[in-house]
Parts: sequence; structure tokens; C-alpha cells
Amino acid sequence: MPPKDSIANTFLVSIVLCVVCSLLVSGAAVALKPMQESNKLLDRQRNIIEAASLAEDSKSLSGKEIKELFESRVETKMVDLSTGEYLEDDVAYDSRKAAKDAKQNTPIQGEFDIGLANREKKTRVYLVRDSAGAIEKIVLPVYGMGLWSTLHGYVALDGDLRTITGLTYYEHAETPGLGGEVENPSWKSKFVGKQVWTEGESAIDDNLRVGVAKAAPAPENAKYMVDGLSGATITSRGVDSMLKYWFSNQGFGPFLKQLASQQGAAADGKTNS
Amino acid sequence: MAKPTAKDVLLKPIFDNNPIGLQILGICSALAVTTQMSTSLVMSVAVIAVTACSSASVSAIRHRIPSSIRIIVQMVIIASLVIVVDQILKAYLFDISKRLSVFVGLIITNCIVMGRAEGFAMKNDWKMSFLDGIGNGLGYSFILITVAFFRELLGSGKLMGYTILNPVTNPDGWYSPNGLMLLSPSAFFIIGIIIWVIRTFKPEQIEEA
Repeated sequence: MPPKDSIANTFLVSIVLCVVCSLLVSGAAVALKPMQESNKLLDRQRNIIEAASLAEDSKSLSGKEIKELFESRVETKMVDLSTGEYLEDDVAYDSRKAAKDAKQNTPIQGEFDIGLANREKKTRVYLVRDSAGAIEKIVLPVYGMGLWSTLHGYVALDGDLRTITGLTYYEHAETPGLGGEVENPSWKSKFVGKQVWTEGESAIDDNLRVGVAKAAPAPENAKYMVDGLSGATITSRGVDSMLKYWFSNQGFGPFLKQLASQQGAAADGKTNS
Repeated sequence: MAKPTAKDVLLKPIFDNNPIGLQILGICSALAVTTQMSTSLVMSVAVIAVTACSSASVSAIRHRIPSSIRIIVQMVIIASLVIVVDQILKAYLFDISKRLSVFVGLIITNCIVMGRAEGFAMKNDWKMSFLDGIGNGLGYSFILITVAFFRELLGSGKLMGYTILNPVTNPDGWYSPNGLMLLSPSAFFIIGIIIWVIRTFKPEQIEEA
């Protein structure tokens, strides 16, 4: 062995150490990956259940209960965002990968800027039906840039397709205590009952009323807007444009219109699928 | 310096030479993760594991580490262990690891870990270093858990998520939660009070002005 402070030993020690440490780290990452993946999936299902308020306290449910509840109540559908039509579901499809793949994505256009260049062409939505088979709730995946990171979440609409019944974020890297407060239950609960479009009308268009205000929203907007998070202006703005974008005609607008017209036609016994 | 005994290296860092209380190291995470007992406990275990294992590994190879790259070598070992701990938390305690967010990763920059590797493990054998790591981790945990106890109890009226002081938001509640306790400055106040109490009983810790 070369002497301790020689150049040869310096190289030897650093190379051996790097190899050992990288084996350790990659070993742990690979060995634990399946478990982490299933945790992530479970966490998303838990968030869908929370957004759709299918359980009184989704935090207290065990993994098994979440899975059972999800499988029994939630129907997963693949949707073509530009036409709003349902597509065949492909189990291997990953909307996040698709958003980055030039073959499967499309540029984000329109007046609402979510801080990203492209989005996927098709995505999964989640339907909850009541005992008669009519849509009780619909959960849509939303995402957009905050201050540091892309926030990923779910927003749930009531069967009328105009009233928000829940909003959750399951993944983000905003500053804990400031932007990270998007996860705060009391802030999330403020979205419940907000109208996306002008109340009393039936249009689903880009005249969006929903959003996050800088200060407490003016009385005429109180039905539509939520007070932003203090100390997290940019994150709040991100939530605001993300909601607007995904409800606009660039986002889920075509799909919601499709659903609304199907609901109108449902009287003559047609099913929505 | 007399040769330290196992008992000394294990127990001294808790009161006599507390890394936060006396050395004022590792304050950052002590402020961030102490709003709840459960996150503090997990964080404590993570820090104990990382400090003990990194000290032991650094000590085991200390005769081979060239002095010119010793800090980098320590960092690599610490960083690898932190990633492993983070991966384990993500696999087994997903919920808590989400709440701890970046702070598990920030154990890498926790001065306690680095300080023990450089200050103790480079000079002592691996068994002693392992115990020293556990001892300092315990010292850190002692402060963290004490702070979390007061913050969770006074800030949200709960301990480990169970309601102890019934908050006024409940119909039959009487306790009005102190919102300041959930914000970071309260951790400063509590750490300050702990340091005051320790130094009242151990006047030898008071630095000369």
C-alpha cells in the first residue's frame, strides 16, 4: 500500500470510496424502489379520495382501505384533452413521461401560463358515480409551476361540473411553511364550494372566475376566488394560473363540455362511457 | 486528554456537552421539524443513525484517509448514508418522510455529523466513534424532542397527534392554541430557555464574557 499522504493513495482512497458509496446508494435505491413506487401510487389514490371527499378522514385510512375504496368507487378513464373524447386506457401510459416526450406532447398555449412549455395530449381522469350511475364527482389531475417546483395535485368537481368540491396537492417542493402551505387543510378547504364559471350560467369557456386572489377576494368574487397564501405570492399565483389553465379550453374544457352534453343526453338512457 | 470511556462518550453529549445546547450546532433542522413529536422522533432516529454510522466508518478508515481530502471523504460517507436513510424513510414511513421533506436531505449539512466525524472519529477507534455518534445524536434528539413537546402541546394542544388540551375549535374545548408555537421563532425561545436551564445547573458551561 502506498503511504497515506502520497498522490497514489489519494487517488486510490477516493476511487475505492466512490465505488463503495455508489454501490451502497444505488443498491438502496434499487432495492427499495418497488416499495416507494407503491407508496407513491397509494398516496395519489389517497389524494384522489381526499379531493373527491369519499372518506371522512382519508389520512386515517390504512393502505388496504384506500385501495379497496379506490377500486370500488373510482372509475379511471383516459381522455384525449383536445377533443374531450374517452380513449382506450393503456396501463403503461405515464402522463408525466408523455408531457416530456416530443411525440406525445403538445405546446401549452393560450392566455394562462402555468410555467411549462408542453403538456401531454391525453391524461387520466377519475369518475365517482352514485348508485344510479350518474356522475357524482369528477377528479381531474392538475399541475403547474409554483416558485421552486411543479405542483402536482387533483381538483374535484361536483356532478354539475361547475362547483369545486376539493383540491389536494400530493407533490411539490415549495418552501415548507410558506408555499408548502398549499397542503394546509384549512387552505385547501377554502376551495370547497367555489364556482369555476359564473354562477347561474351554463357556459364552459375561457371566462373563468375561479382563482386565487392576492388579498381577501372582493364580495362579488367571494363565490369564485380564494384568499392567497401570505408569504407565498408566487406559489399562490401558480395555483391560480394552474386552475385557470386546466379549466380553460386548453385544458379540460373540451372534456367538460363533452360530459355536460352527455349529461343532457343521459335522459334517453345513454351512459356516459 | 485522558482516554474517554464508553459511558462518557455516550452520555456526556446529552447534558454536559450537548451539541445544540453548548456547541449551538444543528439549529436549522431543530427549528424546522419540531412542530410535531412524530416528525421530531423520526428525525432524531435518522440523525442518530447517520452520526453513528458515519463516525464509525470514518474512524474505521481513518489511517488510510489522506489529510488533503479528508473533509471530502467524510462528506461522501455522510452524504451516502443520508441518501440511504432517506430512501428507507420513503419506503417505510412515506407519510412522515413527506412531512420531513427536505430536512432529511439536509442532515448532510448538519454540523453535528460533520463535527463529530472531523473532531472525534478521526482520532478514536471505530467503537468509540460509534458510541460518540449515538451520544451526540441523543443529545440532539433530547433538545429536538423537548422543543417538539412544548411546540406541539402548546401550539396545537396535541402530543403525537393525540389531543391533550382540548382546543376551542371543538364544541367542548377550552384551550386556545398558541399559533406562535407553530412558527419557527418559538423554537428559538424554547432552545434559549433550555440552554438557560442547563447552564443554571451546570455553571461551568457559561462562557466568559
